[in-house]
Amino acid sequence: MNASLVLVAIMAVMYACGIFMLLERSMTRVLIGFLLLGNATNILILIMAGTVGIAPFVAEGVQAEELHDPLPQALSLTAIVITFGLSAFLLALIYRSWHLGQVDEVVDDPEDVAVSERDVAVEDEESDPQFAADTDFETEAASTTHAAETSVRPNEPGVAKSGGTE
Amino acid sequence: MSFLLPLVVLLPLLGAASALIAGRRPRLQAILTVVALSATLAVAVALLVAVDTGGTIVVEVGGWAAPWGIVLVADRLAALMVVTSAAVLLAVFIYTIGQGLADGDDETPVSIYNPTYLVMAAGVFNAFIAGDLFNLYVGFEILLAASYVLLTLGGTRARIHAGVTYIVVSLLSSLLFLASVAMIYGATGTVNIAQISERIGEIPSDVQTIIHVMLLVAFGIKAAVFPLSFWLPDSYPTAPAPVTAVFAGLLTKVGVYAILRTETVIFPGGALSNVLMVVALLTLVIGVLGAVAQADIKRLLSFTLLSHIGYMIFGIAMGTVLGIAAAIYYIIHHIIVQTTLFLATGLVERIGGTTSLTRLGGLLKLSPVVGVLFFIPALNLGGIPPFSGFIGKLGLFIAGAELGTPLSYVLIGAGAITSLLTLYALMRAWNLAFWRPKAELDASEAADEAAASAAAHLTEAPNATTTMTARSAPRLMTRATAAMVLLSLALTVFAGPLYEIAHRAALDLDGPGAYVHAVLGSDDAP
Repeated sequence: MNASLVLVAIMAVMYACGIFMLLERSMTRVLIGFLLLGNATNILILIMAGTVGIAPFVAEGVQAEELHDPLPQALSLTAIVITFGLSAFLLALIYRSWHLGQVDEVVDDPEDVAVSERDVAVEDEESDPQFAADTDFETEAASTTHAAETSVRPNEPGVAKSGGTE
Repeated sequence: MSFLLPLVVLLPLLGAASALIAGRRPRLQAILTVVALSATLAVAVALLVAVDTGGTIVVEVGGWAAPWGIVLVADRLAALMVVTSAAVLLAVFIYTIGQGLADGDDETPVSIYNPTYLVMAAGVFNAFIAGDLFNLYVGFEILLAASYVLLTLGGTRARIHAGVTYIVVSLLSSLLFLASVAMIYGATGTVNIAQISERIGEIPSDVQTIIHVMLLVAFGIKAAVFPLSFWLPDSYPTAPAPVTAVFAGLLTKVGVYAILRTETVIFPGGALSNVLMVVALLTLVIGVLGAVAQADIKRLLSFTLLSHIGYMIFGIAMGTVLGIAAAIYYIIHHIIVQTTLFLATGLVERIGGTTSLTRLGGLLKLSPVVGVLFFIPALNLGGIPPFSGFIGKLGLFIAGAELGTPLSYVLIGAGAITSLLTLYALMRAWNLAFWRPKAELDASEAADEAAASAAAHLTEAPNATTTMTARSAPRLMTRATAAMVLLSLALTVFAGPLYEIAHRAALDLDGPGAYVHAVLGSDDAP
């Protein structure tokens, strides 16, 4: 199978940029990353058509081998339509997210924050001399109550932020 | 009987169109949706009977012959999956109607909900009967696009947040799948699954491995197997109860189904079966350890969901007829039982006002019916005989022992431990929510001694702090859940015939020969 080197290079660059953008925090950049990846995949499908030939219309005196493979074009058309629909949905999602005052960003998962804060809390209390004399069980019990208190915190900045934008 | 096959996709889509037209008349819309889903269920049952007696049904859409046109294929496996999902979709929809009637439809914009639900059903069915990798991709996209809408329904802060994770991860897995379809086309010159199966042996083995791994990663994200499952517990619990139920029951299983097809038809050699075994092991153990630590019932169930995917992957990885038969039975059992548990949790949320175990108590006195409706599927999922969870696990363990490799014995051990830990997590949830007297909960709250109570070591999920006002459970919701519980009991009562069908389905999948022969015919024309 022959493939155009230029197309392969373009595809590679688009994949690289797309993945880079997808890892960004801003939702708009995530959308751009998704568009780049989607189009890179479409180019991949086109590359897979192999040798370039003439337009695939059946005519007198044209051998089947001379025609361009029409199927990848149909596949990539379908993929383009799907990508188009989904990016429209993503745009609506970004708008809604912005409307809710989350700013245009992927927010930290509150549960992840709670887990990380709980670890800090446990460490704090282990080094706390007040708890040193206690039994293991009580230390554990006390630290979990502390974790239950701290776990509510991560929501607060978000609330304050939304209040600020409105 | 081949005219039945396109109907399973066509009926939900036509239902969605008519439901959209009837958007301003909720009652008519609900009737149309129920009619569409019931008709699909009837067609699916007829299809299963026809396939089981007369062999695989293949439809060449538009009359284009097999390797060039799009084919729809219903073998016993596909027909079984279609019947199970149609039954689950109908029950969950009736549950939704019950919820909508009770709430006065103020919370969810039903005019969008019903058509989207039907489109998702069409996508699920299309994925099950696709005989063409690109059609499988389209089926996935239909169900995913509908699931994005259902997950972010209402557009509240929590749902948008959960939706972003889910949507970005799903988009990436779809692109990966599309890229692997493109590479398969480049390597074999076809997207017809049967023809790929014929030609895959001719391409170099390293290219085969690349394509194999790409397909497994793409399907693995959808099926939520261990290293690729991080998105599931964050996104599922925030959706409305019936949506979570149907997602948990069906969407991950479509991924498992695709893995099963990949391993049996496209790459029948079992080249990566050891990798799959290890993945199954990690999925089982890490998932259930996550479940033990959760204080929110919905999150707990999400973790048991992804843990039990490991059982199915174990069965698929074995690659023997016994293993695949057990995996098929387990998939059916898990679709029904996991959905039932989420529906029961929806009832708990209604009568208790929350799903957090630190704030639930005394529900058995409040509603003994819900207590029973949660208790039976919980025992079932934990693998207590005589329920179907026990039968499925027993089948898997027997197949594993028959295979007899060290890795399969390790997996049998891990499977037994996972089963016990699942039982522990679910029984503790039941004890705290239903068995614990309300007075004890109030007392511990009043004295601010939450640390002393049994639930104190559980981590409170910050997202789950929203508390609804406690209401009584509407009769229709309870009845729909009860119907699902009865269905799960029927899996035990009719375990013999069902297991035989699963066994015959697995025999069909023993080597790609039967599938290829059904689609392409005996002559090697292309």
